[in-house]
Amino acid sequence: MHRLPQSTRRHFLGLAGGAAVAGAVPIVTLRPAESTPAMLASAINNVTQGVLVRTGKVKLDVPPLVENGNTVPMTVSVDNPMTAENHVRSIHVFNEKNPQPNVGNFHLGPLAGRAQVSTRIRLADSQKIVAIAKLSDGSFWSASIDIIVTLAACTEEVI
Amino acid sequence: MRLAGTIVAALLLADAAGATEIPTAERRSGYSFMTPETQTIQDDETANPGLLWALDGEALWKRKAGTADKACADCHGDASTSMKGIAAHYPAFDKALGHPVDLGQRINLCRTDHQKASPLAYESRDLLALTALVARQSQGAAIETGSDPQLEPFIAKGRELFMQRQGQLNLGCANCHDDNWDKRLAGSAITQAHPTGYPQYRLEWQSLGSLQRRLRACITGVRAQAYDYGAPELVELELYLMSRARGMPIEAPAVRP
Amino acid sequence: MPSALINVPAKAKRGDIIEIKTLMSHIMETGYRHMASGEIVPRDIITSFTCRYNGSEIFRADLFPAIAANPFIAFFTTATASGKFEFEWIGDNGFSETASASITVE
Repeated sequence: MHRLPQSTRRHFLGLAGGAAVAGAVPIVTLRPAESTPAMLASAINNVTQGVLVRTGKVKLDVPPLVENGNTVPMTVSVDNPMTAENHVRSIHVFNEKNPQPNVGNFHLGPLAGRAQVSTRIRLADSQKIVAIAKLSDGSFWSASIDIIVTLAACTEEVI
Repeated sequence: MRLAGTIVAALLLADAAGATEIPTAERRSGYSFMTPETQTIQDDETANPGLLWALDGEALWKRKAGTADKACADCHGDASTSMKGIAAHYPAFDKALGHPVDLGQRINLCRTDHQKASPLAYESRDLLALTALVARQSQGAAIETGSDPQLEPFIAKGRELFMQRQGQLNLGCANCHDDNWDKRLAGSAITQAHPTGYPQYRLEWQSLGSLQRRLRACITGVRAQAYDYGAPELVELELYLMSRARGMPIEAPAVRP
Repeated sequence: MPSALINVPAKAKRGDIIEIKTLMSHIMETGYRHMASGEIVPRDIITSFTCRYNGSEIFRADLFPAIAANPFIAFFTTATASGKFEFEWIGDNGFSETASASITVE
C-alpha cells in the first residue's frame, strides 16, 4: 500500500535536486528584445499615434539580478540635449506581462536639465520592458530589454 | 511545488553536514548577500522606504495617548538622545514579568503601564513606526543583547528552538542558516539569520515588518504551525538570534529582498 | 497624514543640474490581487505626481499599478533661482498630499 507513494516521492526528490541546481545559476539574463504582443503594441501606439519609433538614444537600466519582482529599481535616460529648441518632452515605460501594459509616463521639458528618471517597478513575471522617449521635434526613440524574474523562496501568502 | 522541492533538496544537504554554529569571524550581515542595487536602497537616506515608518514614529512619539494623557516624549524627551543604543540591548529581561520582552513589547508595556493606553497590535503601522524610530537611534551601535545573565535560560531555549527540526519538511532553522548559508534556495540567497536590521523593509513585503513576522514566515516555509505573535517561543528565538549577533552593528531600518 | 521624504540640495550654483529624490508612503494596491475569499482587493494607487519650481511645472508623472509600493521618483532640474519646490501626489479614494522644499541658488 505504501509502495506507490514511496516511489512517487523518490521521483519527486530527483526532480527537487534538479530544481536546486537551477537555483544556483544566475537568475536574470538580458537578451535582445523579441516580439511585441498586442496589448503592449496597442499601449505604445496610444502614445506614438502611429509615428515610427526608432531604436536608440534611450538607455534602460534595470539591475542584472532582480532579487524580488515586487520592487525593481529602474532608471531611464535619454542621450539628448535639454534646451528650449531641442529637448525630451516625455518618457513612457511599458511592460509586456503585468496585467496592464503601462508602467509610467514621465513628462519633462527643457527645465528638467537632464532627461533621466528613476523609480521602482513591479514585474509580475519574466518579460520585456520598453521605454520610449518623445522629443521636441516629434520623433520617438526607444530601448527595450527582456528581464527574467524568478520567484523568491519562502514567500508569504499575499493576504 | 518547485519551492517545496528546493527545500527538500536543502534538507538532504543538511543531513550530510549537521548543525554547527557560525564562527564569530565568519559572521556576515544579510546586507552582504544583497545586490549593490538593493544595498543602495538601504544606504540612501532619501531612498530607504523604512525611514517613512521612522518619520511616522517621530510624530507618534510626540502624540499624547491613553488616560494618563502622556506622550512618549513627556517622559523620554528627544528620542534621538534618550533612545540612543537602546535597541541594541533587546530583547531584554523584564523584572516584573520575569521573562524577556522584545522592543515592540517594551513599547506596548510603556503604553499600558505609563500611558494607560491600549497596546498596539503586532505588525500595526503605529507599532512598527515607533519601533523603527527607537531602533534607528541605535544604527551603527554594536548589538549587546544577551549580556544580562538572567537571560541565559531563555537564550538556551531559543537555541534549542533554532536547532530543532519541525514541520512537514522536518527542517530546523540551523539546517539552512548555519549549515547552508553560502548556498541559494530557489532564487534567494540563504543568509546567516543575523537580525541586524529589524524592523526591516522587505521588498517582498513592500512594507516594514518585525523579526516575529520574518520568523513566522520561515516557520510556515518549513510547513510547521507558526507560533502566534507575542508567543514566548518567538521572543526566545529573537533573543537567541540577537545574542549570537552580539557585536555586529545595528542597521535598522534595513532593506532586504 | 502619510510621510514623505524629499531630497533637494539646500544650495546650488546657478545653472547646476540637480537631482531631486522623492519617496511617498503609499500601499499602491494594484487592484489585481484577491483576498482569501476570492474577492478582488480594490485598486488604491497614486495616479499622478507633479513637481513645480517657483510655480512652473518641471516634472510630472502618471503612475500605474506597476509602480512599487511607497513610490520612489527621482529626476533632475536646472537650478535657476532661489525659491521653492512644491510636490503634489494625487491618487485613488481622494488621496491628495503636498510637500515642499526650498533651495538657495547663488
